[in-house]
Amino acid sequence: MSEAMFEVTLLVNGVPRSATVPARRLLSDFLRHDLELTGTHVGCEHGVCGACTVLVDGRPIRSCLQFAVTVDGAEVTTVEGCTRPDGELGHVQQAFRDCHGLQCGFCTPGFVTTITAYLEENPTPTQEQAREAIAGNLCRCTGYQNIVASVLRAAELRAEETQR
Amino acid sequence: MTTAAFGEPIARLEDPRLLTGQGRFLDDIGHQALAAAFVRSPHAHARIVDIDVSAAVDVEGLVAVYTHEDLDGRVGEPLPLLIPHAALTHGRTAYALAKDEVNHVGEPIVMVVATDRYVAEDVCDRIVVTYDFLPPVVGIEAARSAELLVHDDVPGNVSAHLVQSRGDVEAALAGAPHVLELDLDIERSASTPLEGKGVHARWDADDASLRVYTSTQASTSVRAALAARLELPLDRVEVIAPDVGGGFGVKIVHPWPEEVVVPWAAIRLGREVKWTEDRREHFVGATHERGQLQHVEVGFDDDGRLLGLDVTVWHDNGAYTPYGIIVPIVTTTQLLGPYKPEAYRAEFFSLYTNTVTVTPYRGAGRPQGCFAMERTMDAVAAYLGLDRTVVRERNFIRPDEMPYDHGLIFQDGRPLIYDSGDYPATLEKLKKLVGWDEFEAFRAEARAAGRRVGIGIACYVEGTGVGPYEGGWVKVETDGTVVAATGLTTQGQGHKTAFAQVVASELGVPVERVQVTTGDTRRFGYAVGTFASRAAVMSGNALASAARKVRDKALRIAGEALEADPRDLEIVDGVVRVVGSPPSAPGSSIPLATVAVLANPLRYAFDREAERATQFGGPVDYSKPPVAEGDSPGLEDTGYYSPPRSTFANGMHAAIVETDPDTAEITILRYCVVHDCGRLINPRIVEGQIHGGVAQGVGGALYERMVYDDAGQLLNASFMDFLMPYATEVPVVETDHLETPSPLNPLGIKGAGEAGVIPGSAVLASAISDAEGFAITRMPISPSDLFSLRLAQESR
Ligand code: FES
Ligand code: FES
Repeated sequence: MSEAMFEVTLLVNGVPRSATVPARRLLSDFLRHDLELTGTHVGCEHGVCGACTVLVDGRPIRSCLQFAVTVDGAEVTTVEGCTRPDGELGHVQQAFRDCHGLQCGFCTPGFVTTITAYLEENPTPTQEQAREAIAGNLCRCTGYQNIVASVLRAAELRAEETQR
Repeated sequence: MTTAAFGEPIARLEDPRLLTGQGRFLDDIGHQALAAAFVRSPHAHARIVDIDVSAAVDVEGLVAVYTHEDLDGRVGEPLPLLIPHAALTHGRTAYALAKDEVNHVGEPIVMVVATDRYVAEDVCDRIVVTYDFLPPVVGIEAARSAELLVHDDVPGNVSAHLVQSRGDVEAALAGAPHVLELDLDIERSASTPLEGKGVHARWDADDASLRVYTSTQASTSVRAALAARLELPLDRVEVIAPDVGGGFGVKIVHPWPEEVVVPWAAIRLGREVKWTEDRREHFVGATHERGQLQHVEVGFDDDGRLLGLDVTVWHDNGAYTPYGIIVPIVTTTQLLGPYKPEAYRAEFFSLYTNTVTVTPYRGAGRPQGCFAMERTMDAVAAYLGLDRTVVRERNFIRPDEMPYDHGLIFQDGRPLIYDSGDYPATLEKLKKLVGWDEFEAFRAEARAAGRRVGIGIACYVEGTGVGPYEGGWVKVETDGTVVAATGLTTQGQGHKTAFAQVVASELGVPVERVQVTTGDTRRFGYAVGTFASRAAVMSGNALASAARKVRDKALRIAGEALEADPRDLEIVDGVVRVVGSPPSAPGSSIPLATVAVLANPLRYAFDREAERATQFGGPVDYSKPPVAEGDSPGLEDTGYYSPPRSTFANGMHAAIVETDPDTAEITILRYCVVHDCGRLINPRIVEGQIHGGVAQGVGGALYERMVYDDAGQLLNASFMDFLMPYATEVPVVETDHLETPSPLNPLGIKGAGEAGVIPGSAVLASAISDAEGFAITRMPISPSDLFSLRLAQESR
């Protein structure tokens, strides 16, 4: 007995990408193993850690809780797509570097995408809001203090960018 | 422009890759590999009666199914016991795939290899294992009572029993004006890195060689283990730790069952095979730590000076002892912290239970030791009505007593001798940082507002940088790039940056020029591993030594080229020049890149650097060989660092907590850290280590516990139920530090990796006790635990 296969096409970081996969292929596995975009990480596969967060049509979702077939045709942004157009670090990425917001870097892609989406909604968070913004993602290395600082720094950098 | 190197809080060199999704973690490698999955025991203690694979064989995509019967040669033997000890009289290790019996839920029994992980798991679901159930031993009390045994041939469930002492404790206790007894209890937690384990293996039949990627803290040692188990020559096996998503101790254990059978299957099948651990597997198939019961008897005088301290520890080592008894040894030796009781005796029993095996988790037994000692200090202070900091201060080893010999044997088998540290100064700093002397005013204010607050303190000393050695290799390439390698591995500590800072400083080059490789046996074959806060001390000093040798050689060659005395030369910003000469004064300088070219008398020149070097090619002495005897081509060298013994870092934490009078909710209002880890290579990285450690300490104190039921089922084997702290649970950490350089190594550094986590349970127990007015003796503590304790206190 072989599984039914489906062609799934996504606009990933602005580029149309497709692959033929079974219905049960998780979006996280689709991105990582079918499209070989391994920036999106998997820390739990039950929707709790947030490492697999990607933006689907601009909204952060946990790619380990979605089947690839259910988002066929969507626009997806992964951490690879959070750079500036010239390939340099985007504002959230740069903020993490400035503030030592990462250690092992495994959780980081999920934070970068989450914060990117958050700042679109709330470009000028307070310290407290910055902490709330990342309260759904797990990090085992940093103790979060520098990630909170990264959120605030990213907001600054983003403001500078949009003023330009 | 030279980027300042050693001691500067520079941004990390590894970050751009990791931030843009270009990291290569284990599961990012080998997209074409076959996938392995495991059938694991759902029972805590059982005999395997039958394994029936008949329903599985026609699953499309299945490649192979293996059980213990298939494991040939040494692969079928019990896994190695890494650190034997004379006291470990009954060490036991598992088989790579269970043979006849399983001893904890999660033990691997069958390996399935298939075209992808989905299919491999389908196959696992169809394999039927029949068991004969055996009653499980769960919890330390059950193990200690020994009514049931984990291993039939281990009487009393005792794997090891060890007593260490200094002085006559019995006499000291008998003669002490005051004696107190404490019973303490710490539960299990685990390293729980965000990336689980994983192995990828590729057999090259043409080359008869094996390449293994594994998410490990000890690639050189995995290599040696694999060569031995797979019966391959060592030089036909290469092991690489790719980017590793956190370790915290769990990944120092090796070889894991999966680390043996995945490469074994890759060779057998002639195909790439990969296994990536999922979260549930990590909870039940990796390792845990911390679980101990402790009994303390302490005798002291009217001033609170400790005369005798007698500690007994019952340590839960889980189902097997692959990593020996390091954890209880560390507990019972590091328990002493900054104090010097006149007589000390520590005894431990390491006990088997039918639960996941116990191996070091960041702190490695120190948090438990610190808990015992600091609860004792608080008890003494409370008994005598003295300030808790005063009692501690009176028991401190003074700076002028360094080096201080405890008369015990440490985890490395060497004498427990503290090299340096200034404990009174550390305490002063901490009191100032947290506002210790002003706290009573704050308490009164809070009380008036109907709030309940408390302050706690805990001190620790941490043996870091244990031997035996690490090595480093440094090479200047002909384009001026400096490549360096060390064998130990990296799991987020920023080694590529910190080690680049060390090399850049020694060599006199910009830090961005230095590219460091860690944990790749192709680049450096001799290493021990990353654990016990040893990487910076060991590889830092080894790389410094290698860089100094390269520097000497560069000066010698440049001296010949410039016709100058090497002693008059310096290297600044990647250029060798006569000391003090202005940049680019003709004939007084030569780029390091050019020196690298001159260091290698090549027959063919391919690049511009080689052409440039020809201008320095002075008259040739044809009576001598091009490469002098004892010399070697190239501007590179290797250095090792092997310490006489560990170097001891120290620190003190203070916390202010608020406990809700009604709901017993516990909130940390402030968390202050003062630490001393000698000279800092990169203060920003050290600070990050402290933050992360504190978060794990807070997790272990207030949230994390492995909950086993009587049948040995781990009830909370997921991130939904095991409460790892989110940002909302971790306090802001306020830090200050001292720098007491270690006299034991040239760079004067001490380890910092574990510091943050050690006093977590101790300091929060101290603060909660202070808020509540009764002593907390069990950690972790949840609001409902605290609520029950309050009820029990009231009914007293
Ligand atoms: S992997 Fe998706 S939330 Fe953890
Ligand atoms: S940086 Fe390692 S888990 Fe967050």
